[in-house]
Amino acid sequence: MIKDEITIQQNKVKSMQDYLAPAVREMKPSGIRKFFDLVSNSKEDIISLGVGEPDFSTPWHVREAAVHSLERGRTKYTPNSGIPELREAIADYLHTSFKVKYEPSNEVLVTVGGSEAIDLALRALITPGDEILIPEPCYISYSPITSISGGVAVGIETFAKDQFKLTEKALRDAITPRSKILILCYPSNPTGGIMTYEDWLPIAKVIEENDLIVISDEIYAELTYGQKHVSFAAIPGMKDRTILVSGFSKAFAMTGWRMGYACGHQELISAMTKIHQYTVMCAPVMGQVAAHEALTNGLEEKDRMIESYNQRRRLIVKGFRDIGLECHEPQGAFYAFPSIVATGLTSEEFAQRLLFESKVAAVPGDVFGLGGEGFLRCSYAYSVSQLNEALERIGNFMRKL
Amino acid sequence: MDALKLNILELLKEDARRSADLIATMLGTAEAEVARAISEMEADKVIVKYATVVNWSKVDDEKVTALIEVQITPERGHGFDAIAERIYLYPEVKSVYLMSGAYDLLVEIEGSSLKQVASFVSNKLSPIDRVLSTKTNFILKKYKQDGIIFEDQEDDHRMLVSP
Ligand SMILES: Cc1ncc(COP(=O)(O)O)c(C=O)c1O
Repeated sequence: MIKDEITIQQNKVKSMQDYLAPAVREMKPSGIRKFFDLVSNSKEDIISLGVGEPDFSTPWHVREAAVHSLERGRTKYTPNSGIPELREAIADYLHTSFKVKYEPSNEVLVTVGGSEAIDLALRALITPGDEILIPEPCYISYSPITSISGGVAVGIETFAKDQFKLTEKALRDAITPRSKILILCYPSNPTGGIMTYEDWLPIAKVIEENDLIVISDEIYAELTYGQKHVSFAAIPGMKDRTILVSGFSKAFAMTGWRMGYACGHQELISAMTKIHQYTVMCAPVMGQVAAHEALTNGLEEKDRMIESYNQRRRLIVKGFRDIGLECHEPQGAFYAFPSIVATGLTSEEFAQRLLFESKVAAVPGDVFGLGGEGFLRCSYAYSVSQLNEALERIGNFMRKL
Repeated sequence: MDALKLNILELLKEDARRSADLIATMLGTAEAEVARAISEMEADKVIVKYATVVNWSKVDDEKVTALIEVQITPERGHGFDAIAERIYLYPEVKSVYLMSGAYDLLVEIEGSSLKQVASFVSNKLSPIDRVLSTKTNFILKKYKQDGIIFEDQEDDHRMLVSP
């Protein structure tokens, strides 16, 4: 009797952790999450520059189109790869905006956010042990999603002196016989760096020579402020090696709708569609209707929002420079990435002290991987008065250091 | 009008207190150029006035606003202009528009009480010679004015930090 109880107790004691898949168990919580917890626990009136999300609401005509379609009872599953009119609108849009031509019937897949598209691409491609090359600092999800799929994430450091561009040499140096995929994200979260046509050509050559596949996350493609975005898929010879990932979250202010897409070679898209079909079936129909409206009638509104980001970008960059923080000029997305090296603090120390002493939240650069230490990610998707207030507080903070 | 001036107007429409320095930074031009464009527009009466949009319903001293549809017989030689002028010179009158459709002038009147507005209409407006008829519509609640929505706009519900 007693013996039995002991066994039962021991069973209870076995840790839930032991059940978890090793890749998940070993996954570190994101640095952003950690900082988020710090911020949320503070009761004070914090001005945030920490959000990677537009401050605009989805344009009204887009919301209204979704409401109208709901009223007419459009609430069912759609085809796995998305409603045909949306896929056509996406293909037309990519063709007119970025000169890449996809066949809507089999080269376009509508997904639940760009996030799902990245996950599908990695899951469809990775054989455990494959090396996935990731220029850093970068969006925080690439490396953990790679690990879940059994891949090995290999960071490639990029530098402010190169405006955080990926260089041919850095790419070559990172390649090994196990390298299979390169994840690109330009315009970049968190640095705001972009790549020009001339920047891409040598990279394309290396990719060809080493037979790599590219996942090009172009979710910030519309948000460029000097020159027009050059899609990696538009570089000669690259379209069939590239899975272009994008979505509606950023340029169309539609984060909550969870709408994204992937475009590429039909065999890649078909492989991704299989996983998509078994995991989520299809993207939500309301979101697809809204996304279709955004692409067909929302381009002007989109341009208006981008002009507004541009004005605020100039404001924040000048603000940092006036304060005495070195800040390379971000050419895309809606983040400034000033250097705080001159203060002698680490990114994390700087961000924490700025939060506790001056009530401004910004994300320490080290959470974005190699090359991020010494920087601070500051979103400028905030109102002019909030930005001015934040800059003033940062200036005061710097003077007290 | 050139693009710079249009951009300046939009930024001032959002907030008339923005300085030339701030506007210059936001538009990526020189402060002197912005200051010059603003003075030019002030001189040309493109910028007529820097005003405050007040939500009077939040102030104890509430105001009453009426929109009055006025039918008139136009005057030989002056069309509607002379009568419009007679009307708009009254300080109670906030705006006067010549309209197409069922009536001729739309007159906006602001007063401190219903009674005051009504008495203005019956004692001042209606007796004007060529005024044929008036129809007074009181504004009960202002939802949006000059592109500005009066109800408390949605707060920023975004997380303080996110990817
Ligand atoms: C570079 C990058 N890719 C993808 C995403 C995810 O976007 P979505 O909302 O389409 O899933 C984000 C969001 O922050 C991002 O910054």
